[in-house]
Amino acid sequence: MIETFINIILFAMLVLTALAIVRIDQLFGVVMLSGVFSLLSALLFVTLDAVDVAFTEAAVGAGISTVLMLGTIALTARTQKKATRSGFVPFIVVAVTGAALVYGTLDMPSFGDPNAPAQLHVGPEYLAGSITDIDVPNVVTSILASYRGYDTLGETAVVFTAGIGVLVLLSGLARRRREDEEEEDA
Amino acid sequence: MHHHHIILRVVTKMLVGTIILFAFYVQFHGDFSPGGGFQAGVIMAVAFILYGIVFGLNKAKQVFPAWVVHKLVALGVLVYAGTGVASMLLGYNYLDYGAFNPHHPSHGQHWGILAVELGVGITVTGVMVAIYYAFAGRPPPMKDEDW
Amino acid sequence: MINVDFIIGHMNYWLFIVLMMTGLYIVVARGNLVKKIVGLNIFQTSVFMFYISIGKVTGGTAPIYPVDSQGHIQVDPSLTYSNPLPHVLILTAIVVGIATTSLALALIIRIREEYDTIEEDDILKIERELSAQDSKAHGSAMGGRA
Repeated sequence: MIETFINIILFAMLVLTALAIVRIDQLFGVVMLSGVFSLLSALLFVTLDAVDVAFTEAAVGAGISTVLMLGTIALTARTQKKATRSGFVPFIVVAVTGAALVYGTLDMPSFGDPNAPAQLHVGPEYLAGSITDIDVPNVVTSILASYRGYDTLGETAVVFTAGIGVLVLLSGLARRRREDEEEEDA
Repeated sequence: MHHHHIILRVVTKMLVGTIILFAFYVQFHGDFSPGGGFQAGVIMAVAFILYGIVFGLNKAKQVFPAWVVHKLVALGVLVYAGTGVASMLLGYNYLDYGAFNPHHPSHGQHWGILAVELGVGITVTGVMVAIYYAFAGRPPPMKDEDW
Repeated sequence: MINVDFIIGHMNYWLFIVLMMTGLYIVVARGNLVKKIVGLNIFQTSVFMFYISIGKVTGGTAPIYPVDSQGHIQVDPSLTYSNPLPHVLILTAIVVGIATTSLALALIIRIREEYDTIEEDDILKIERELSAQDSKAHGSAMGGRA
C-alpha cells in the first residue's frame, strides 16, 4: 500500500518536472530540471528493486550529465528562442505514437506478475547459478561481468568510442587549427 | 576568482579525498553490495571534475594530466579484452574466468570479475574526465559576467 | 467490461508512456538543440524505467543475497528476488547513454562555432541561403541549368 502511494507521488513529480521542461525557455532551468528528473527516476528505480541502476542513474544523470550540459550552454546560448511553430502537429504525432504504444501494452502481463514470461526464463537460472557457479552475492555483478561478459565488453568499447569521438570533435580540431595558425605565422 | 568561494574551496579539498575513497569502495565491494566498475568510474571522475570546477582546469590538469587520461581510456578496454585473451591462453574459452583457478572455478570467477570490473572502471573514469577536459578547454563565446 | 485489476496492473506502463511522449514532444516541437537533447534524455530515462518495471516481481526484493560474517552466501528460501537481467542491461545502457549524449553535446558546440546559433530554424535558413548561393555561383558555369 505504502509502495503504491510512494509510486504515485514520484510519478506526479516526474510528470510535473517533464511539463516544466517543456514550458521553460531559460536553458539553465531546463538543465537543472533534467537533473531533478534523473534524481526522481533514481528514487523510482529503488522502489522497483533496481538498486544498482538507481546508483548509476543518480551518479550519471544528476551528476555528470548536468555538468556537461551546463558546459554546453556556457559555450552556446543561455536561452531558447520563443517557439514560432504551432505545437499542434507535434502533438498529433506524439498522441498517435503514444496510442500505438498503449495498444502494445494491452497484451503485456500485469505489473509485478511472478509468472510473466520475462520472469520464467534465464533470470531464475542466473539467480540460482550465482550461488553455485560464481559465489558472488550481488547477482547483478555476476551477470554483468561473467554471464554477460561479452555484452559488457561491447558496452565498454562503445563508451571508449564515444569518448574518442568527443576528443576528435573538440580537442583534436582545436589543436589542428593552432598548428595551422603557427604555419601561417612562420 | 582566486580569492572568492573560500567555503567552496575548503569543502572541496575535504570532499575530494573522500569521494575517491568511496569510488574505490564501490569498485572493489561491488560483489557484495550495489556498485561495480561503471558506478565507480563515474564517481572517480566526479572527484576530478569537482576539483576542476572549483580550482580551475589548469590545476586539475596538473593533478591528472590530459595525456594520462587519454592513456587510461584505452587501457581499460585493453585490461578487459586482455582478461579474455589470458583465459584463452590458459586453454579455456574467451572470458571464461574458470581458467584462473581450475581446481576451484568460483575462485577463478572472483579474480576474473575483479579484473574485468577494474577494466570497466578505468575506461569510464578516463572517458568521463577526458570529456570534461574537452568541454572545459573550449574558449567560451561570452564572459562570466554576461550570465 | 471495465476490468479494475487489468487497469491497475497496466497503469504503470501507461504512466511511463506518458513520460516517454513528453520527451518525444520536446524533441519534435522545440527548435533549440540543447533542449532537444534534454527531451531525448527524458525519453531515454522513461524507457529505462519501463524496462526495469518489467523485471519487478510483487513482494520481491533487490537481487543481492545476504552474507554471513565470513562472506558466504546465506540462502533464505522465503525471499523472492526481482529479475536481475533488466537491471544489468539498463545499468550499462545508462553509462553508454551519457557517453553518446556527450557526443551529441560536442556536436552542438561545433555547430554553434560554424553557424553561430543552435536554433534549428536559423540553421536551416542559413543552409538554404548557402545552397542558393552555391547554385547561383555554379549555375552559370553549368549553362544555367543547375
